[in-house]
Amino acid sequence: MSKVYVPRDSAARSVGADEVAEALAKLGHEVIRNGSRGLFFLEPLVEVETGEGRIAYGPVTAGDVASLPLSTAGAHKLRLGKIEDHPYLKNQERLTFARCGITDPVSVSDYARHGGFEGLNKALGLAGAAIVAEVTESGLRGRGGAGFPTGIKWKTVHDAPAGQKYVCCNADEGDSGTFADRMVMEGDPLMLIEGMAIAALAVGATKGYVYIRSEYPDAIATMKEAIASAAAAKWLGDNIQGTDKSFHLEVRRGAGAYICGEETAMLESLEGKRGTVRPKPPIPALEGLFGKPTVINNVLSFAAVPYILSHGGAAYKNYGLGRSRGTLPFQLAGNIRQGGLVEKAFGVTLRELVEGFGGGTFSGRAIRAIQVGGPLGAYLPASQMDMALDYETFAAAGAMVGHGGIVVFDETVDMAAQARFAMEFCAIESCGKCTPCRIGSTRGVEVIDKIVAGEDRDANLDLLSDLCQTMTDGSLCAMGGLTPMPVMSAIKHFPEDFDKPAQIAAE
Amino acid sequence: MSGKTTLLDLSPREATAAREIALRYGNRPDALLEILHDLQEHLGFIPEAALPALAKSLNLSRAEVHGVVTFYHDYRREPAGRHIIKVCRAEACQSMGANELVSMIERFLKVKLGQTTADGAITLEAAYCLGNCALSPAVMVDGKLVGRVDAQKFETIVAECRS
Repeated sequence: MSKVYVPRDSAARSVGADEVAEALAKLGHEVIRNGSRGLFFLEPLVEVETGEGRIAYGPVTAGDVASLPLSTAGAHKLRLGKIEDHPYLKNQERLTFARCGITDPVSVSDYARHGGFEGLNKALGLAGAAIVAEVTESGLRGRGGAGFPTGIKWKTVHDAPAGQKYVCCNADEGDSGTFADRMVMEGDPLMLIEGMAIAALAVGATKGYVYIRSEYPDAIATMKEAIASAAAAKWLGDNIQGTDKSFHLEVRRGAGAYICGEETAMLESLEGKRGTVRPKPPIPALEGLFGKPTVINNVLSFAAVPYILSHGGAAYKNYGLGRSRGTLPFQLAGNIRQGGLVEKAFGVTLRELVEGFGGGTFSGRAIRAIQVGGPLGAYLPASQMDMALDYETFAAAGAMVGHGGIVVFDETVDMAAQARFAMEFCAIESCGKCTPCRIGSTRGVEVIDKIVAGEDRDANLDLLSDLCQTMTDGSLCAMGGLTPMPVMSAIKHFPEDFDKPAQIAAE
Repeated sequence: MSGKTTLLDLSPREATAAREIALRYGNRPDALLEILHDLQEHLGFIPEAALPALAKSLNLSRAEVHGVVTFYHDYRREPAGRHIIKVCRAEACQSMGANELVSMIERFLKVKLGQTTADGAITLEAAYCLGNCALSPAVMVDGKLVGRVDAQKFETIVAECRS
């Protein structure tokens, strides 16, 4: 009987991976539940181990299992060959996602066999300042969306007076169109643990939290399992690998509040409070969790660190464009034929991603709009698809790369409805602390309704623009501050959708 | 269930459960969200009677506990149906027809988002991203993700919930 791999990733499970795994086990095969390779259009993806490597079949249904020629890895209509040779995977630059989908996510030995813990091993022999220097050298910037240089953040915490310090991972991946954090936690969680442990050594922290949104029950379970495995193998806890360094890590569940992806709201939530935003300063690096110096980074920022330590900051810096160094795991989502995770160096164009990798829309209709960077990111017209994806180019175009989520819409999209939804979402998810966000979002919905209804259009468009400016300038955090981005970009690039005859718009 | 539970209904069972769960977390106030999650898993919702017990255990005011329970979307103040179906309403799913899916589901189940079916089988809720954006539209059934949902798939889900 053969050794076969079927992902335990929740997206793979969402289209039948469990049933496929069960059917394979029933036939007597040894089934290993790996992470997903991120080629979601091919899930459930089954790989069988052969002399020439792992041969993949997909998308497989439970009904297909009996017909799969697993012992010979021979011809079959679903046979994809070696998955590494598939153009979707072959043309990527996978540094962070190099191992995801290959290993058993919670096996420490499997992880170590594939280069795991090399970075942490190295860090255990370095002074904190030297680790910070390596991360600074890499040019890594916060992958949560804001793009703040990680090395500078870590140095601030490192230089803060000694005492209790914390490392917190923001795994509240609430942006629509993003799933890279989830894939890491479900597919290669030990990498996140390693990255956080390295951060802890760098700044002198002994305690850490992973704050995971409750919408990700699989990620929560896998993360907890991986933490237990890492602790059992002495990669976490007191005296890591027999050294005098200690780091304790705990998972905390969110409770369905998008705002807790904002770092200070997340801190409040980790302290057991309402997830309201804290004004800055003080910055969390100096007064963070429980008022102590705290490193807060996104999952992908921490996940990039093991590579940076094991291969050196310079190796990471070699990838990228301008001041955007390294790679970003882009997530192709929405109305797209080949949705999935594409890790590429900064500088790749939207067209290469959406048409090259993604193969255009799922519906087969023309692309009309692309929202990059989550619900607070701009809507771009298809005519801007040749723009290079890096922080500066996008900022200059009034857009943002954010967490790398790319949501494609075909020509049936109503951009006035999308603009309205941006305001509606802000009204639902606002923490309520500052007025521009709390009140502005509700007024925004009302004004857009008037525009769509044809009521005093020009004056109301001016009013909406003015309201957006107030929200941008006056909000405490990015929730109210960036909601105008999807709204104003929709008006700028798709004005015709705000100028339809009222009776049609009001239907 | 009609009306809110009052203090007069204070059930020793609910208060005891709250105290026991809080103790498992060492009565640490920072663990309040975890405690509420566990309590909700245990009782199906967060009953009013649990709030004073929790406040006392964690050395918080009742207002603070009330504030947290009401801030987060996850915590329900009333029992739910036997199954909970969350439908994603966020942008990626919208691009694949989530709005039409929601309308279809609401007509099919004869409830609106946030309501429970008359037979008590299903509570329908909105979610804003389930992280399945490459396989939209997505729903979550009792914590299990389902991708590429259409009318036929949804009817199968409902039939399983009601069986």
